[in-house]
Order: sequence, then C-alpha cells, then structure tokens
Amino acid sequence: MSGAAPGTRPILETKAVACRFMVSAGMFRAARPLHAVNGVSLSLAKGDVLGLVGESGCGKSTLAKMLLGLVPPTAGEILYEGERMAGLDRIAIARGIQPIFQDPYSSLNPRKTIGAIIGLPLRVHRVGAAADVRRKVEAMMDLVGLARRFYGLYPSQLSGGQRQRVAIARALIMRPELVICDEPTSALDVSVQSQILNLLQDLRTELGLTYLLISHNLAVVEHMATRVAVMYLGRIVEEADTATLFATPRHPYTQALLASVLTPEPRLGLPDIGLGASFPNPLDPPPGCSFHPRCPQAMAVCRSVAPRPLADAAGRVECHLYDEAAALEEAS
Amino acid sequence: MSAILEVEALDVKIPLAHGILHPVRKVSFSVARGETFCIVGESGCGKSLTSLAIMDLLPKRAQRTAGRLAFAGTDLLGLAARRMEDIRGDRMAMIFQEPMTSLNPSYTVGNQLEEAFLRHRGGKRGAARERAVFLLEKVGISAAGSRLGQYPHQLSGGLRQRVMIAMALMCGPELIIADEPTTALDVTIQAQILHLLAALQREFDMGVVLITHDLGIVARVATRVAIMYAGQIVETGTVDEIFSRPLHPYTQGLLRCIPVPGRTRRGEHLGSIPGLVPNLVGEQRGCSFRNRCPHEFAACAGSNVALKSLAPERAYRCLLSPAQCATNALEAAE
Repeated sequence: MSGAAPGTRPILETKAVACRFMVSAGMFRAARPLHAVNGVSLSLAKGDVLGLVGESGCGKSTLAKMLLGLVPPTAGEILYEGERMAGLDRIAIARGIQPIFQDPYSSLNPRKTIGAIIGLPLRVHRVGAAADVRRKVEAMMDLVGLARRFYGLYPSQLSGGQRQRVAIARALIMRPELVICDEPTSALDVSVQSQILNLLQDLRTELGLTYLLISHNLAVVEHMATRVAVMYLGRIVEEADTATLFATPRHPYTQALLASVLTPEPRLGLPDIGLGASFPNPLDPPPGCSFHPRCPQAMAVCRSVAPRPLADAAGRVECHLYDEAAALEEAS
Repeated sequence: MSAILEVEALDVKIPLAHGILHPVRKVSFSVARGETFCIVGESGCGKSLTSLAIMDLLPKRAQRTAGRLAFAGTDLLGLAARRMEDIRGDRMAMIFQEPMTSLNPSYTVGNQLEEAFLRHRGGKRGAARERAVFLLEKVGISAAGSRLGQYPHQLSGGLRQRVMIAMALMCGPELIIADEPTTALDVTIQAQILHLLAALQREFDMGVVLITHDLGIVARVATRVAIMYAGQIVETGTVDEIFSRPLHPYTQGLLRCIPVPGRTRRGEHLGSIPGLVPNLVGEQRGCSFRNRCPHEFAACAGSNVALKSLAPERAYRCLLSPAQCATNALEAAE
C-alpha cells in the first residue's frame, strides 16, 4: 500500500494499530478511555523517509513509542521485518530500531561521559571487548562529526548541536535499520538545525538508513521526507509522496496545515487559515469525522459518519469529499 | 512617525568569577507606534537580555548602561524603581516565551489577569474581571468567564500563551515586547496568535518589539528588522531589504540555512554556518563573526567594526563594501 515498492518487503508495518489509555476522571468516577492512536496503518520500506506531521496531542509521539516497542498497542499489530513485534524481545527490537529525541539537553545523562553515552548500546548488547568499544565509539564520533577529544567530556560541556550529534551517534552505533527522529531539530538554532539535517541526509545515504521523521516544521518535512503522513486525533487522514502532498493536498486539514506555514517571503502577510475552533478534547472526540467542527467544507454526512480510508495512485485520504458513495448519500 | 521606544548604546554587563560577561554591546534602535520591529538572532546573541534591560527586569547582578533609553519621551534611565513599576505592565508590557514557567501555578488565571489591572488602575475587582473576560474573548478563548477560575495547569499550551497575551493587554499598553511568543505552539495556533497580535496592534496603535529566531515569522509580520549576533546589531533594514538584499555575511548565512520550498531542492544540502559563537567574557577585538565568516580577511581581526549607515533605516557591520557583500551573496547562491 504505502511506501513499499512491489517486491520489497517493508521494514516496519503497522496494521490498524491502536493505543488506548484509561484516564482518571476523578476519585469517584469511572476512568474514561483516551484513544491516542486509533487504527493507524503505515508501512516503511528500506530507504524511505516518512514524515509524520500533525498538531500536538494528535498521537504522533504515542505512535513513535509503539514503533519502538516501548508501549504495547491495545489493538492491531506491528510487524517488524515481517514478524509480530509483540513476540519479539526488547533487545532485538532495539538493535534494529533506534530513536533520536527532540531535546538534547534532557535526553543525555549528565553524569556520563560522551564516550560512555555513545558506547552504552554496545555494552547492553555485549558487543566487543573494552578496547573494541572505544574504537567503535571513536569511529562513530568521526562519522557524525564530533571531535575525538570530546570522548571524556560531559554533556554540559557541549553545545546543543554537538549534543544532538551525540544522540545521533548513540542511536546509530548498533547500525539500526530504522531511526525514529522525534522533532530532531526543534530545540536547535537555525544554523545548527541545517547542520543536523545535512548530517541526517548524509548518514541516510551512507548507511542506507530508513527514517520516520516526526516534526511540526513542515518546511523541514518537505525538505527531508520522501512520503508524508498527516495525523489528526489518532488517525492518519492523508498520506502521499512528498511532492504530491505539498503540491495537491486533498484533506482539508492538510490544506489548512500547509496554509499555516510561514515561508520567509515578505509581502505575503499572515495566512488566514480559518481553522477557527481549537483542537478538540481527545477524551471527547467529535462524532463522525473528528475534523468536522474545524472543517470549512464540512457536509451533513461528516457530522455522523466517520470517513473510510480511500486509496488510489496518488496516495490515501480519509475524507467524505473524495468518497463517491458519501457524496451520493449527501445528494439524496 | 513618533517613536514610542528609543534605545541608544544599550550595554549589559554581568560580572562573573573569571571576568566580565558582555552579552549586550552598544545596541541602538527605535520603535514607532503601530510598527513591528523584529529582533532576530540565535540563542545567546543577547536578544532576550536586550528586552529585559528595556523593561528593567535584568537579574540583580547585571549592570545596565545606555546613552539614552526613553519610552514615549520619558527617560527610563534615571527613573526611580517605583515610577518604573507604574509604567511596566501598564503602558509597556511583555509577553514571555514560556507560558508554562511565566504563569504562577498556584494562582488562578483570573487572579493573575486582574492583578496588574488592580495595581495600575485600582478600583473594584468587578471592573478588572470584566476587562479580563473581554480580553480572553478577544484572544479567542471560548467560555472566558469560566476560565478565570482555572489554574494554568488546566489549560493547554496554546491557551496559556493566549492568557499571557491577554495579561499583557490588560492595561492597554502602548508598547509590547514579545519574546518568542509562538515558539512553543503548533503552526496552526501560531498563525492565529500572530493574526491576533497584528489585529490588536492596529486597533490600539501599539508599537511591538518581536524577538524571534524564526525567519518565517519575521518575513510575514515585521516592518523593520535588526539582526543580532554576539550581543551586537550586525544589520538593520526594512523587512524587504533584509530578505532580498542581505548584506552582512551572518544574515546571508542564516537565510541560506532554512529550507524554502521552490528555492532549496528536496534532499539537497542546506547552507550552514560552521563554528560556534565567540565567548563574550572579557574584551572583544575585531569582528565577532570573523571565525565563522567565509569572507574573513586580515583586517577583520584588527579594530572593532563599526555599524555603517547606508540610509536612515539601513545599516550593517562589516568591512566589505555593500557591492562586495551583494556579490558574495550571489556567488554563494550559485
């Protein structure tokens, strides 16, 4: 369906995966379910860079945690290399899938040296003797552009960009296939951000990596991704290859998201995106299409019937506007 | 154009154990009523300290000096603390970057909104409450009346930021200093908040100083722009000039770092500015940007580089001629 060219098996596949949390509503009331991720089907083929975009609270990070094997899905299944992830050992998953987090100030242990931080995965997986570990760590530091003299330093002695390079080195030292980058450059300055993005591009070609890139910076996603999935309230509402999605966004939510991007072009002024109402309460999602209260093109059917996923050559979209059956119902 | 804020040769110095840190160095600018003046720079360039120095909110050990610092014609330098308190929060207000840390978690939203109004305008709590509800509605918060009893932790990030903006507007200020007001927000909410600020600015003819590192925001909202690097303004100009004819190598570098649809090719390398910002402890000699500049030559290390004025609103801090800077920009683009 998505991403995988015929003949290549996807590295990672999710099938209608869902994650539900029970949220306490107070001492004497029953806990209510929160569907953080609600039936997401994605697939990542080797070499893909899948951009995942959406507002905060839409379930991006919960999805990322499930893909890392940190949170078990409450429904559906995740296939890693064709095998069910639920049956796999945590260590085996960590060998193939690694994360890079947003904030290089909190994702590194301040009491460990750079060498110890980058080398930790080697020790966890019991790879090589001590001298071997040092050699591997130094080779990795060369690869991500960290001077070897940083080996004995602590994270507090490094700049933000250097720390993010440490996080990247730690993620890559076991040579994973898939790297989940959760907002990898949001905490960084503009000039450092471009260096890290360039590094991620180089590593991808050099090591044949596959990325899941979670970001709210759509300019970055457009620059890096080969495919883009748009998430809204736990569902993927549109998915297409990057050029198609940015040239002809189909879902009204995608259209609004793209319209809200402030490109550095003076004279254009501020966009009027007309998304009026704020993000709905995920504990109490609207009936029908969950986007309908904010949708400028909402029809009667949107208020009661949830749209079904429609796949075609251009990609996948979940919207009644593109569903002929729903259009017929609307007309009758 | 009457200036609402005039800053001349503003200096901030912080004595440390191993020398004097000089994070803001001879910064001068002025802001007119109804204008949006953007200060752009990366972390550590002194943009936030500049705003705190104007508001007289610097940490105790920081020393502020300036040739002139005037708000609506009133000199702020010699002003008694008490008189400054009368102006701050009333006629000039500040929107901080982190709504999570700048709201008091143990007071209700209503309490915090009303506080400044009662301090400056006095009167009954009822009037303050009315004003708070009016402004919360204005910033797009539904059910404003019921929000007054809520605590900051009960609100989402976007709502907290709107509360911060409403709080800054409580007394109808003539000048707002907004330090990264939308950095923590989603793009959809960012656009709404900026719209709102622009609408309120028109309505009340406010001067706005917007501090940001996001060049997209700058392009869309600024009237004039100042680029800061290592505590100094390195280039000023109208927003069109800065984006179409950047002169300083740092400005040019920044503009090449960001992916722009249609200009940067997908997947290709973005421009970057290698190196780190200089340490601002102790005396600085020569151009602060020279260690990262692709066009550095011997004279850059010599004396300090002055800000060269080309037109009333246009200046840059580089030894190269404007023509040479323009040629460099063209060559780098190829």
